[in-house]
Order: sequence, then C-alpha cells, then structure tokens
Amino acid sequence: MKKMKNLTKAQKSSSLTYAVVIVAFAIMFALKTSGSLSSKMTGMLVPICAYIVMAVSLNLVVGIMGDLSLGHAGFMSVGAFAGTIAIVSMQYNGVESAGLRLVVGIIVGAIAGAIIGFLIGIPVLRLNGDYLAIVTLAFAEIIKVLIQNMYLDLDENGFHFSMVENTNTTNLETARLIIEGPMGIRGITKISTFVAGFILVMVVLIVIFHFMSSRTGRAVMSIRDNRIAAESVGIPIFKYKITTFTLSAAMAGAAGVLFANNYSTLISAKFNIDTSILVLVFVVLGGQGNMLGSIIAATALTILPEILRGFSDYRMLIYAIILIAVMLISNNSQLKAAFDGLLIKLKLKKAPDEEEGGKA
Amino acid sequence: MSFLNYLVSGLSLGSIYAIIALGYTMVYGIAKMLNFAHGDVIMIGGYMCFFAVQRFNLPPVLGVIIAMLACTLLGIIIERLAYKPLRSAPSLAVLITAIGVSYFLQNAAQLLWSSNPKVFKSVVGNGVLTIGGEGGLIVSHVALLTVVVCVIIMVGLTLFVNKTKMGKAMRAVSEDKGAAQLMGIDVNRTISITFAIGSGLAAIAGVLLCSAYPTLQPTTGSMPGIKAFTAAVFGGIGSIPGAFLGGILLGVIENLAKAYISTQLSDAIVFGVLIVVLLVKPAGLLGKAVREKV
Amino acid sequence: MKKFLAVMLAVAMVFCMAACGDKQEANDGSANITDGAGMVFKVGATGPLTGGAAIYGQAVKAGAEIAVEEVNAMGGFQFDFNMQDDAHDAEKAVNAYNDLKDWGMQFMMGTTTSAPGEAVSAEAYADRMFFLTPSASSTDVIKGKDNVFQMCFTDPNQGTGSAQYMYEHNMGTNIGIIYKSDDNYSMGVYNTFKAKAAELKLNVVAEAAFTDATSTDFTVQVKQMQDAGVDLVFLPMYYTPASLIFAQAAATGYTPTWFGIDGMDGILTLEGFDTALAEGVILLTPYSADADSSENKNFVEKYKAKTGELPNQFAADAYDCIYALWKAVDQSGVTADMSSEEICEALVKTFTSMSFNGLTGSNMTWATDGTVSKSPNAMVIKNGAYVGM
Repeated sequence: MKKMKNLTKAQKSSSLTYAVVIVAFAIMFALKTSGSLSSKMTGMLVPICAYIVMAVSLNLVVGIMGDLSLGHAGFMSVGAFAGTIAIVSMQYNGVESAGLRLVVGIIVGAIAGAIIGFLIGIPVLRLNGDYLAIVTLAFAEIIKVLIQNMYLDLDENGFHFSMVENTNTTNLETARLIIEGPMGIRGITKISTFVAGFILVMVVLIVIFHFMSSRTGRAVMSIRDNRIAAESVGIPIFKYKITTFTLSAAMAGAAGVLFANNYSTLISAKFNIDTSILVLVFVVLGGQGNMLGSIIAATALTILPEILRGFSDYRMLIYAIILIAVMLISNNSQLKAAFDGLLIKLKLKKAPDEEEGGKA
Repeated sequence: MSFLNYLVSGLSLGSIYAIIALGYTMVYGIAKMLNFAHGDVIMIGGYMCFFAVQRFNLPPVLGVIIAMLACTLLGIIIERLAYKPLRSAPSLAVLITAIGVSYFLQNAAQLLWSSNPKVFKSVVGNGVLTIGGEGGLIVSHVALLTVVVCVIIMVGLTLFVNKTKMGKAMRAVSEDKGAAQLMGIDVNRTISITFAIGSGLAAIAGVLLCSAYPTLQPTTGSMPGIKAFTAAVFGGIGSIPGAFLGGILLGVIENLAKAYISTQLSDAIVFGVLIVVLLVKPAGLLGKAVREKV
Repeated sequence: MKKFLAVMLAVAMVFCMAACGDKQEANDGSANITDGAGMVFKVGATGPLTGGAAIYGQAVKAGAEIAVEEVNAMGGFQFDFNMQDDAHDAEKAVNAYNDLKDWGMQFMMGTTTSAPGEAVSAEAYADRMFFLTPSASSTDVIKGKDNVFQMCFTDPNQGTGSAQYMYEHNMGTNIGIIYKSDDNYSMGVYNTFKAKAAELKLNVVAEAAFTDATSTDFTVQVKQMQDAGVDLVFLPMYYTPASLIFAQAAATGYTPTWFGIDGMDGILTLEGFDTALAEGVILLTPYSADADSSENKNFVEKYKAKTGELPNQFAADAYDCIYALWKAVDQSGVTADMSSEEICEALVKTFTSMSFNGLTGSNMTWATDGTVSKSPNAMVIKNGAYVGM
C-alpha cells in the first residue's frame, strides 16, 4: 500500500512539473512572439533553459544520489566545446540547416559529456562526502586548464590539433580556426533558440522522471538513504552510481551546447568553480531531489541579478545578502516561524494588494 | 642551484597555503563545515594591516595585531549571524551560506576600498639572504619569515589542541557533539572559539600573503583560498599536521611544475596529483579513515 | 513544500523591491528629458564593475562620466549616460546590453574588455546599434562589423609596434617575454610580437606564461628569465601583475630592462607602489597621466576629485570616446527622436570621415574596419614619472 501511495505521489509531482514548464513556456512564447517581452527577458530565455537543464541534472547527483559534486560546470564545458566543434565543422562543410546542426551538436555534446562523466566517475565514485566534492572540483579545473591550452584548426585536409603552443600548420586563408587556446571558439553563429531550449528541458525532464521510477533510480535512492543496508541486500552500488553520474554528465553536456550557441564566443574560463557553485546553489535552494524546485530556483536566480541592476553598485552585495537570508530563513526553524508570522501579518493588513502583486 | 631556488620559493608559497589550510582544517574538524568565506577573511586581514601600516603609519607589528583582532572579531560575527542559526541544518545549506558570505565580503570590500589594487609593503622589507655567493641560493626575508611563522603556528596549534582544556573540548566536540554536550562542554562556545582562532590565523596568512606577493584587491583571497582548501584535503582534512604537510607539498609541486613542465598546465598538474593521492589514500595523506557505524 | 514556499515568497519580495528600484531610475531619466533644454541622447556602456576585472570597468565609468558632465555643461544636446556591470563575462554582458536596449539606448560606448566585447559587438552588429569601444582591443571585436569602432589600439598593432621599436633602437641582445596565457589582450599582443620579432630576427631566448590562477607568484618566471641571460623583458600585460614581477625580480637582484605596452600605464598610480621598482621601465602608450596639456590637467584634476586616484589609459580612452561620440553626433546632425538604426548609419558615415583630437592622440581617424590610427609614444619612467623618449 505504501509503495502505491509513493508512486502516485511521484507521478503527481512529475505531472505538476511538466504542467508548470509547459504553461511557463506557452506564456513566454506568446509574449515573445507578440513582441511585448523586454529585450532583457528575451535575451535570458535560452540561458535560463540551459541553467534549468544544468540544475536538474546536478540534482540527479546531489538530490537523488546524495553525492556532492563541485565540478558540474566541467561537463558543461566538455559538452559545449565538443558540440560547438561539431556545429562549426558542419557549417564549414556546408550544412545549411541550423536546426540540424543544433540537434547534431547537442547529441555530440551529450555523448562527449557522458564519456567524460563515465571516465571521471570511475575513480570519483569510490570516494565519499567532501572528498568526492573536492575531486570533482579538481577534475573540472583540469578540464578548464586543458581546454585553455588546446588549438584546433579545420581545413580541407581535416583537423589539426596541438597543445600548449599553437604549432598547427594550416593555411590561414582557407582554414577555420576552431579552438584558439584561451580565446576559445570565436565567431559562433547564434543558432540556439527558445523553442530548442524548451524541447531540451522537456526531454531531460522525461528522462529524469523515468529514471527516478526505474529500477536504477530506486536503487540509487535506496543507496542514498542507507548505503550499508542497500549494500547488504546485494545492490551493486558502483554500477548504479556510475549510471546516474554518466546520465547527469550527458545532460550537462547537452546544456553546454545550448548555452554556447547562444553567444558568438565561447571561452573555457566561463566554466570555472563559480559556475559549478552557481548550479549547486540552484539545487540546494530549490530543494534536493525536488526537480520543480530546481527549475524555479534556476530561473529566479538567473533573473535576480538582472532585476537588481536598479541598485547599480550595490547589486552584487544585495544578491549576497538575499542568498544568505534565504538560506537562513528556509533552514532555521525560529527564523522561519518569525518570517511566516511577518507574512501572515502583512497578508492580514493588505491582503487585496498582495494578491494583485502576485498576479502581476 | 636553480632547483634549490625553485624549491625555496615553493616552500614559501607552500607555507602560506599551509597557514590558510590550518584555518580551514580547524573549522572543518570541529564544525564539520567547509568555510568557503575563509579566503575572503584573509583579504580583509590584508586590508586591515595595509590601512594600519600604510595609511596610519603604525609599526608593522601593531598592524599585524590590528589585523588579527579585526579578523577574529569578523570571524565571530560571521559565525554568530550566518552559521550559528544553521547548527542543525543540512551541511549543504551551510556550504551555500558560506558562499553567500564570501560574495558579501568581496563586494563589501570593493564598495568600501575600491577595486583598484593596493600595493602592500612587506612587513619585513624586501631584503634577501644570499647563500653561496653569486648565482647561489637566494632566500628573501619574507620567504624565511613565512616558513618560520608557519612552523610556529603548526606546533602551537598542535600543543593547544592536545594540551589545553579548551583543546580537549575541541577534540571532544569534533568526535561527537552530542556526547561532548552531555559531558558538560559548551558546544556552541567551543565552535565560536574555533572560528575566532581560524579567523585570527587568516589575518596572519593575509599579511604574509600580501608581503610575499604585494598586491591587494577584493579578490586577493579567493584563489589562495581554493588552493588552501585543496591543500587541507590533500593532507587529510581535520588533521593539523596534515594541513601543514598538504600546504607545503602543494606549494612545492606547483612551483616545480611551473619550472620544469609548463607554466600553463601547472594548475592541472597540481589538481592531478591531488586526485591521484586521494585515490590511493581516500582520506588524504594524514587523515584518519572513519569507520562507518552500522 | 513549506521550505519551498518560503523561498518563493522571498524571491517574490525581491522582485517587488527591484521593481521599485527600477521605477525610481526611470523617473530620474524622464525628469532629465523635460528639464534639459535640448535633445537628450541615451548612451549605454558595459564593463566589469564588480569582480576581478573591476578596476578597468570602474576607470572607464569614471572617465566617461567626467566627459558626459563636461559635454552636458556646454549646453546644446545632452547625453544621458548609463553604464551596466558585465563582470567581464560574455553572458552577463549580453544581458547588460539587452537591459540597456530596454532603457532606450541609442548608441553604445562599447564594452570595456575584449571577451565580452566580442559577444556584445555581434549583437550590436545584428541590431544595427552604433558601437565605439574605449578599450576592447581584440581584433575579433571589430572583425566584419562595419558599425563597431575602437578608441584603443588593436592588440596586433601593439605587438608589431613594440617589436619594431626594439629593432629600430637596437634594444636587448637577449629578449624574454612574460605573458598571460588565458587573457585575450596579452595573447593577442604576444602572438603578433613573436611573429614580428621572428621577421626582424630579434633574439627571443625565453618565454614564460602565467594564468589568472597563478598570477601572484612569479618567482619561477623571473628565475627562468634570469637563467636564460635575458636583458630585455617584454611584458604584454596590465600593470597589476607587472608590479608583482618588478617586486619579485628586485627581491632576487635581477635588473633587466622592462618593456611594457599600454596596459602598463597606471603602474605609478598604484597606491603604495614603490616607484623605484619601476625605474627605467619603457612603455609604448598613447596616454600618460603626466602629459602637461591643459586638457589633460583638467581631466586628471577632475578624475582625482571624483575617485581619489590618478586616471589610467582606460579612463582616458573612455573620456575620449564620449567626446568623439559628441563630435560625431554634432557633425552628422542626427536628432534624438531618430531610431538607433538611423543614428547608427549616420554615425558610421561620420566616423569614417572625421578627424578627432583627444587625450590619447591628436588627428585620430577611423578606418572602415573600425581601427583607429594614432601613434603610441615611447615613455620611460625616471624618478617616478614618465619621460618621453
């Protein structure tokens, strides 16, 4: 009986998530096509989709599997570079359709993310807790530094690759310089669209919810809740963990491609520890294991610094204060009670106003 | 001779990492939290000493003391306002709060003291010791001071933790908070004192960091902070000799990698070594493997 | 769920707060329009106002604001200047650009740094928004974009210029280079310097790189220069790492000739910097705060009053940008009620045909590819001040 109840609860939560995402997309899409959306919001639609995918994929590791990863941006980086290389090469070879290029690019990015995730997962998942966190951070830093030192050109004879020093002997007239070391990839044609972002978010959500109710997903959650008990009933911990980790890395790779092809330049330094931490903040703020929470937190925290532009110099200071305040209020029972009390009081005083504000 | 010179500068850099790592490890060992704002407390320490010595013309010793007092106070305030309310919250929530504090300190410093870098005058001047005449080993006074101070702090902390009553309380809290409380130890007070000591150490690290590498910016502390965090894990987080060893090794490896392999790839090499060490010894070089209780 | 609700409410509260902030600013803007006698043009800008690169963005902001005050005080048409933070990041720079578009920006005083500049100039090109950058010096910022112009030199220009100068003045028997391998600006200059040095057969014997993460400890790089017998070190970088290199070289008793580019300007203004360390440093720069023209003295005085610091080339370039824009608007006869596309076409025409005198050069002209023509001056630091060579 209990199992049945859980299942329905999970199903309820997934349908709610789908509904919220679809409705939000429909509203934004309608606003965008009617031209009533500001340039600022329009410009943020694609990165928000990319961050949502990053957040839910990290939630798979942090919330569902219960392991702290501080290097999720590394997989995003691998995917972004691999996918963009594919896209740029297709363009060089005359593939006209932007849609086709983007789809192939995202698939390549996801595969690249999966491969690197699998390879990194083998050593990393043998560790626990904070040690696992620091090793993922270390791997992400290594990825960042390695890509910063890559030089890749493409000409009629194929790819030319060198590390640290640019020793490629390509004809600069006809070749496409793809990766230029620390300057990354330049001259990217902007092909990511909001619709593509929405489709990617939906695909990722469908995969995640299926995964959560699958045998592997349930096994991983049992490992999170009680590793020793899970081990004692013969669950092969490592196998399930690496499946989850690889899946998560693949999704991050796909998000990377979507993100990268929304700007004309892509540099490796973007995917540093700050980006990893930012995605972790989305997950923790939205609630571990709560996919809808991750989606909303990713959206809200991407928009927040942009809305705070009105405060000019004090913007990032206020952002920090809000971050601390939200963590304190949501995690300390006394503060939470006080905050709730304050809200109730406000509601009693100006209930109609509040509702209007909510609708707007 | 070049090799010895590289080794000495590596030791000096490593000693700074070690002092920062000691602060990380103390706090982690007792409060079981990764204090990501530690690097920024270092930066504040640097600024305090800078203002005392270069704006108000106080003697350097007084500057160091002022920096220590200010950072200790800051550490206590941060702990009281941001971390104490989260004593019973999940560790991830505390981690994110620490990151928030780090953003806060960096941005506050920028608003207060502008983003223009300030040049820090070394507290012991720019003198050097030359051993072996022309082309021989060159050791700057700052490098010498960092290594000496680092050893003193390491020994002092070890004695403090092992010999004093407060140290005993810290060890007890680190082992088992609940049991320590039952034994009449004031857990909250112990954690606060740990933060105060860690932040005081951060001030010393800040002064030494800025003396050896004399620019001071709001972001000065963040990279050394992350490196020192790595060093603490490298040596076994929670272990005082481990943080010392981890810091020194990290500094030496970084400098030798830069000198003999590649300046561009040195960070990748440092992190690569860290990964290898953790795979062979999952709890760091000197860390204790904790047995899981069923 | 409750936790989640709390978070949501907090976020909602922030939204309301932010909305208030936005509103206030909008009011200020409209008040200006009604009060001002003439037309008001909305000039946008982005730059790193927070984070590690904030020094450059803050300098640009202060320099531009001084110029805006001055041109507005002349009467006639007015500039309404709005500079947004991009934290030296392409994503945030595009966000800031879009924010400025919503505000009603009619032309743009560029981005401060190169990497975000490449992303934003692509957007500006697509939107037909006139774009003049004070300091984003990479060639990719302007490449293939007819409405994007630079006030600063391009990086290659500085690299070849430096090599040429060393060749002509017979400097350095053994040349070394220290460069920042993860920085656009430094790499751009480094690559072209190396190519030109090879062409001129300069004897480059040592190269050492550093990255953002390793930009405090230069003992290894300095030692490598020393061991290779380098007597002239080329430093294509900004002054902050350079100040560390000077200090660490002095600590080991190594005293080669140092040769910097425009990023070196500002080193004497570092608070607390022992200028004796920079004695004899040669730099090729179009601007120095010590220039004794009355225009420059006026600017330096106002900058000091505003920020308490001495201006560097970023501030001076930004100051020139505003004056250049003012002149172009004046000559082209555009009006504030025109759309940004119309203004763009008119300004592009004027920019490629006008000549401009500013703090960073006289008789500057712009080519259709967006590059500026001006000549750098070689300066040497003597007794803590720049002296022309």
